[in-house]
Amino acid sequence: MIQSARRWGPPLLLVAPSLILVGVFVYGLIGINFSTSTTDMHKAAQSTGQAPVSRVGFQNYLDLLASPEFQHSLMNLLIYTVVFLVGTMVVGFVWAWLLDKPIKGEGFFRAVYLFPMAVSFVASGVVWRWLLNSNQGENASGLNRLFQMIGLDALQNNWWNNVTFGIAAIAIPAIWQLSGYVMALFLAGFRGIPDELREAARMDGANEWKLYRHVLFPQLTPIALSALIIVGHMSLKAFDLIMSISKPSNYQTKVPAVDMYVFKSSFDYANAAAVGAILLVIVAFVIVPYLISLNRKEKIR
Amino acid sequence: MRNGLRVAGALVGTAALLALAACSGDSGNDSTGGGTDAASGGNVEVFTWWAAGSEKAGLDALVTVFDEQHPDFTFENGAVAGGAGSAAKDLLQTRLQANDPPDTFQAHAGKELTDYIDAAQLEDISDLYDQYGVKDVFPADLIDLLTVDGKIYSMPSNIHRSNMVWANPAVLTEAGLDPAATYETMDDWFVALDAVKATGKTPLSVATTWTQVNLLETVLMADLGAEAYNGLWDGSTDWESPEVTAALEDFQKLMSYTNTDRDGLDWPEATQLVMDGQAAFNVMGDWAVAAFEEAGKTAGADFTYFPVPGTDGMFGFLADSFTLPVGAKNPDGAKAWIETVSSLEGQTAFNKAKGSIPARTDANPADFSEYQQTAITSFAEDTIVPSLAHGAAASIAVLNGISDATSKFTSGASDLAQYQADLAAAAAE
Repeated sequence: MIQSARRWGPPLLLVAPSLILVGVFVYGLIGINFSTSTTDMHKAAQSTGQAPVSRVGFQNYLDLLASPEFQHSLMNLLIYTVVFLVGTMVVGFVWAWLLDKPIKGEGFFRAVYLFPMAVSFVASGVVWRWLLNSNQGENASGLNRLFQMIGLDALQNNWWNNVTFGIAAIAIPAIWQLSGYVMALFLAGFRGIPDELREAARMDGANEWKLYRHVLFPQLTPIALSALIIVGHMSLKAFDLIMSISKPSNYQTKVPAVDMYVFKSSFDYANAAAVGAILLVIVAFVIVPYLISLNRKEKIR
Repeated sequence: MRNGLRVAGALVGTAALLALAACSGDSGNDSTGGGTDAASGGNVEVFTWWAAGSEKAGLDALVTVFDEQHPDFTFENGAVAGGAGSAAKDLLQTRLQANDPPDTFQAHAGKELTDYIDAAQLEDISDLYDQYGVKDVFPADLIDLLTVDGKIYSMPSNIHRSNMVWANPAVLTEAGLDPAATYETMDDWFVALDAVKATGKTPLSVATTWTQVNLLETVLMADLGAEAYNGLWDGSTDWESPEVTAALEDFQKLMSYTNTDRDGLDWPEATQLVMDGQAAFNVMGDWAVAAFEEAGKTAGADFTYFPVPGTDGMFGFLADSFTLPVGAKNPDGAKAWIETVSSLEGQTAFNKAKGSIPARTDANPADFSEYQQTAITSFAEDTIVPSLAHGAAASIAVLNGISDATSKFTSGASDLAQYQADLAAAAAE
C-alpha cells in the first residue's frame, strides 16, 4: 500500500495541477457549453435570471441545422476546408520536392517559403483584403489591377464577393501562409528516407515514377496524414482571417465560427453554444480517428 | 533516500505552480479594484469606445469640464479601441455578465439598451433628469424615444443625423447636373444617378453591411414617411405591406448604382471615394463632415450635403449616451459624470470637438461650425425619427437579423420577396 503510494504519489502530484486546470477550464467548460446549448437562453434577460430558462433538449441543434442560413455557413466551411487542404498539400509537397533536389541556396528558399507562417492571420488579412478587391475594369485595384497590367484581363473576378464560392478566395491567403509549414513537414519526411532505399530501387530497374509511387510515397504517408490533420483542424476553426478580410455580417463569407460570434453579440447564448458544440463535434470527427490510429501504432511498437 | 528527494522535488514544484497561480490572481484583482479608492470622491471609470480622432478630442474636452465641475472626483479612462465600438461592446458584455460593471458606460441611446434593461443591468435615471433640469431643454420627441415603460435609462451626450447625402460638386458638374440642386423624391434622384452613371463614375458609394443598412433606413424614411417608419419598430406598420415592397424596390435600384467592392470597405473609404471624385454621392451619418474637414475640404466648394431625397423635414437621430449600471462601484461618481454630460458647458465643449450637435436645444449655435448650425436648426424643427443602423430604433438582435438579411440580399443570395420575408422575420424577434 505505502509502496504503491510512493510509486504513484509523486508523479500524480506533479501532473495534478495541470490535470485539474485542464479538467475545469477545458472539459468543465465544454460541459457548461453543452448544457447552455440545450436551453432556450436566447435573450439577455434570461442570462441574468430576469426571465425563466427552460430545457429544450436538442431543439436548438435541429433549428440550426434546418435553417438555410446555417446550411450556407456549413457549405462555406466545407468549400474553404477542401480548397485550403488541397492547396496547402499540393503546394507544400511541390516545394518540398523541389528543395529535396540538391539545389543551391536551399536554406534561403526554405526560409522564404516558411516565412509567411510567421505573419499573423489578422495582419495578412488586412493586406489581402486590399489585394482581393472585387472592383473590375476601370476602378480595379489589387490582384485584378495586376491581371490587367499583365494582359490577363479575363482572370479578373470578384474574389470573395461571389455568393457561392467566394469563401474559396479567402483560402488563398491561408494557403499562402500554411504551405511553407506543410513543405517543412514533407521535407523532413524526404530527408528521413535513407538513400539506400532509392539506390536499391534504381538497382532493381525502377524508373522515377515507380520510385516515387512504390518507395517514397508509402514512406511519406504518416507525414501527409499529420499535415492533413493539422491543417484540417486549423481550417475548421477559421475565424480571424475571415474577420479581417470580410466582416461578420457579410453573407458570402459566413462560417459557423462567425455565426457563433454574431449569436453571442446578439445575447443569444443558447444558439452560440450550440454552434460551438457543432464545431467541436466536426473537429472531433477529424481528430479522434487520427488519435486512435496513432494509439494503436504505439501499442504495436 | 532518493525517493524522498523526488517527493520533496515534486512538492516544491507543485507549490511553485500554486504560488504562480495565486500571484496572477492577485494582480488581476489589483487592476480592476481601482474604482473603490475611497479618498475624496474616488475614481470614476468611464467606459467608451472614444479612443482616437475627433471622438478622443471630444472626450478630452468633456473631461476638462468634468474636472472643473467635480474636482473631488478623478476621471479614469476606460476607453477600448477597435471595430467602431464592437470590441468595446464585446468586453462590456463580458464585464456586465461577470457583475464587474464600469461606473458608467457609453451606449447608443434608444432600443439598443433594451437587452441591458431586460437583463436588469441598468438603473432608472429618470430622477436625474428632473434633478439636473434637462427635461425642459431636450426636445419632447427625444424624451419620448428614450423612455421605456415610463423610465429613462441613459443621458444623451451628443446627437448625430443619419439621413444625409454627401456629394462632390465637380463630379456632378461633369455629369451635366446642377451641384446646388436638391431632390424632392427618390425618382428625381434616380435621374441624377443615371446621369452620373453615363459618365462612368460611381453614382453612389456605399461600404459594408452596416452602411447598406444605413442606406436602407433612409429609403424607408423617404418612402414610408415618419409615422409609418416609426410604426415599423412598434409593430403598427406591417413589414409585408406593399408600401414596404415599393421602398425595398427603391433600395434595390439604389444598390445597383453602387461600387462593386462595397463589402470590403468601411465608411471612411466610401466617403473617400466622393472626396477623391470617383463617386458622386454618399449616404452617411453626419460624422462624415469631420472626415471632409480633416481632408481640408470646404463645404460648398469641395463638397455639398443635403438630407436624403424624400426625408427633408425628418431627422434620423442617433445619440451616444451614458448610463448608470447596476452594481457600479462609485455610483456618486457616475452621477457626477452624467451631470457633466447633461450640462450646457459639457455638451458644448464635447460637441464642438466631436463635430456632433448637443442634445440640449439651449446651446448657442454661434459656437458651432456651419454644418452643425444647420443640423441644430433641423434638430429643433424636424420630426425626430430613430436610426436603425445605430441602435436607436431596434434592439441588437433585431439589428443583427436585419443586417444578415440585407447582406444576403445585396450579395445576390436572395430575391426581393425573400428579402422582405427575412426582414419581417428579423423584426418580429
